[in-house]
Amino acid sequence: MSVTFLGMPADRPFPRNAARAVRDSQLRFNLRKATRTIRARRASVVAEAPDWAELREAGRAIKEHTLRNLDRYLVQLEEAVTAAGGHVHWAAGAAEANRIVAGLVKATGETEVVKVKSMATQEIGLNEALLEQGITAYETDLAELIVQLGDDRPSHIVVPAIHRNRAEIREIFAEHMSGWGRPAPEDLTDEPAALAEAARLHLRERFLKTKVAISGANFAIAETGTMVVLESEGNGRMCLTLPRTLISVVGIEKVLPSWRDLEVFLQLLPRSSTGERMNPYTSTWTGAAEGQEFHLVLLDNGRTRVLADEVGRQALRCIRCSACLNVCPVYERTGGHAYGSVYPGPIGAILTPQLRGMGSELDRSLPYASSLCGACYEVCPVAIDIPSVLVDLRSRARHPWPERAGMAAAGWVFERHGRLARLQRAGGRLRRLVPRRLPGPLGGWTDTRDLPEVPRESFREWWDRTDGGRR
Amino acid sequence: MSSRDLILARVRRALAGVPDAGITRAYRGPSAAPGEIRLYEERVRDYRAVVHVVDEAGVAGRVARSLAGRGARRIVVPGGFPPRWFAAEGVEAVADDPPLSAADLDAVDGVVTTCAVAIAETGTIVLDTGPGQGRRALTLVPDYHLCVVRAAQIVAAVPDAVARLDPARPLTWISGPSATSDIELNRVEGVHGPRTLEVLIVR
Ligand code: SF4
Repeated sequence: MSVTFLGMPADRPFPRNAARAVRDSQLRFNLRKATRTIRARRASVVAEAPDWAELREAGRAIKEHTLRNLDRYLVQLEEAVTAAGGHVHWAAGAAEANRIVAGLVKATGETEVVKVKSMATQEIGLNEALLEQGITAYETDLAELIVQLGDDRPSHIVVPAIHRNRAEIREIFAEHMSGWGRPAPEDLTDEPAALAEAARLHLRERFLKTKVAISGANFAIAETGTMVVLESEGNGRMCLTLPRTLISVVGIEKVLPSWRDLEVFLQLLPRSSTGERMNPYTSTWTGAAEGQEFHLVLLDNGRTRVLADEVGRQALRCIRCSACLNVCPVYERTGGHAYGSVYPGPIGAILTPQLRGMGSELDRSLPYASSLCGACYEVCPVAIDIPSVLVDLRSRARHPWPERAGMAAAGWVFERHGRLARLQRAGGRLRRLVPRRLPGPLGGWTDTRDLPEVPRESFREWWDRTDGGRR
Repeated sequence: MSSRDLILARVRRALAGVPDAGITRAYRGPSAAPGEIRLYEERVRDYRAVVHVVDEAGVAGRVARSLAGRGARRIVVPGGFPPRWFAAEGVEAVADDPPLSAADLDAVDGVVTTCAVAIAETGTIVLDTGPGQGRRALTLVPDYHLCVVRAAQIVAAVPDAVARLDPARPLTWISGPSATSDIELNRVEGVHGPRTLEVLIVR
């Protein structure tokens, strides 16, 4: 089976990534503050919608219905886009999508493109692939700009630079903007307004001269061939409007049957995502709008594999709102990088191993990157039962053997009363020799857990000696 | 096999034997009731946009005062914008005919437009490039956007707007000025779109 690439190397398992992140107190502080703020905002605007439960149910049902008729809707979408003067391309995997996009850019004779934040293009590593073809891709979302200039990776679906504070951002701008275009002002402070202004000036120059843009889409309407992009900053509008050629890379699960369906998702997405009644800008366009040349690249890259999974296919309903990240106690402590994929948090824990398959240690560890508390299911606007999918994936990704061996040993010890007491006495005498980390393959267990101190005497010994504290 | 056929074949294989699921729409759909001006005004204000409510007779005067207040000299006025609404003294009305370049748009002081639909519940304006609105770039590149909304264009909620709009036209839904919360979640207005949005509601 071909390997599905998800934008990040899958080398280390989740617990080892997480252990590193948990020690980063700055990261933890930023994440905590950010996720808590969005969480509170989301709760208040959701409470404001009197028919939230009905909207959520409709969102779930529309997505489910679409997935079960995906072939029909994809063909309909293709026809509608073509009829409106657009061009449709199909890409089975990341390499093919990158080849198609690079070919389209080269055909324009341009070597620079502007990009509006798109998870699909991050997933396929488009920027790197374009660079190999001599094409520079400029990210234009403020957070993506911070990530790109800092030679970093995004750590959140909606707020990719959530892990950076203002002082770090100022430093990144002052040091790296000049390498990419207009330099940051000499006297740049770390005031958010000043930082945004520096980004505005830097990027405006780029928008006004770049002829090719690449985007994703939040929704693609089969009935009309309409693409829909929700955003806040206006960089999306800049990319979708000013360049002569627009290339949109869109996962096949993004299709919605009819124009009317937007009435559901335009209510569900902004409230779940940034906790607003509506995001500042939504753009829709059908085919070659206002004389622009428009290309739609439909991307599979593992999605049909997910679709084939009876339990897991519901992950394809995801509208990338990030509400599940913002409530997740595990994500709040580890941050997005630990998940080793462009899809972090609870949705990443189920989507990534399904898209990529469970060949690597990381992908086998992801279904365990959860406390199964169920908060993610509760907030999900399309009611994806993430905990159930996690449990199902766990049954397929076996625990690493040292852990299974540990559990078996514990079972043997607890089976007979005497065994435990003898071991405890031995432990008490040998306590100075016990390392903080277990050696060898058992280290996997203590990498994610701190070993408790071995007490001088066991509870039983203490009870015998003091008659339950009376002596 | 082309990738198109390959993907479609994979989809069909994945779905073999999977029963279809129906869609239920128990949420509030489009209503006949008009949107409330008061609620719309309040919601636009929530985005820190500037809002005024005026009578038809007061539009031109309000437009003139708003532009004067910004010290605006050159303002783009799209084709179809009612001339009786634009009578600002000392302000040059720039037409987009022939189409202005992006650099030209970057050099003007702002733009005045009408809209297609406005949504009370969310404080949103929707532009569909119809008369008085111009092409999408006009309300994007200049730093200031003044939009005139007629009371009859205000609908109650999102489903009403979706029902009224034509998907064949390029649409821009605007809810407050351009904004980012990427820096420690502090809201900063105006990263790329207009930093100031001013809405005139005509009673
Ligand atoms: S799984 Fe649900 S909550 Fe999480 S990002 Fe997707 S749609 Fe949002």
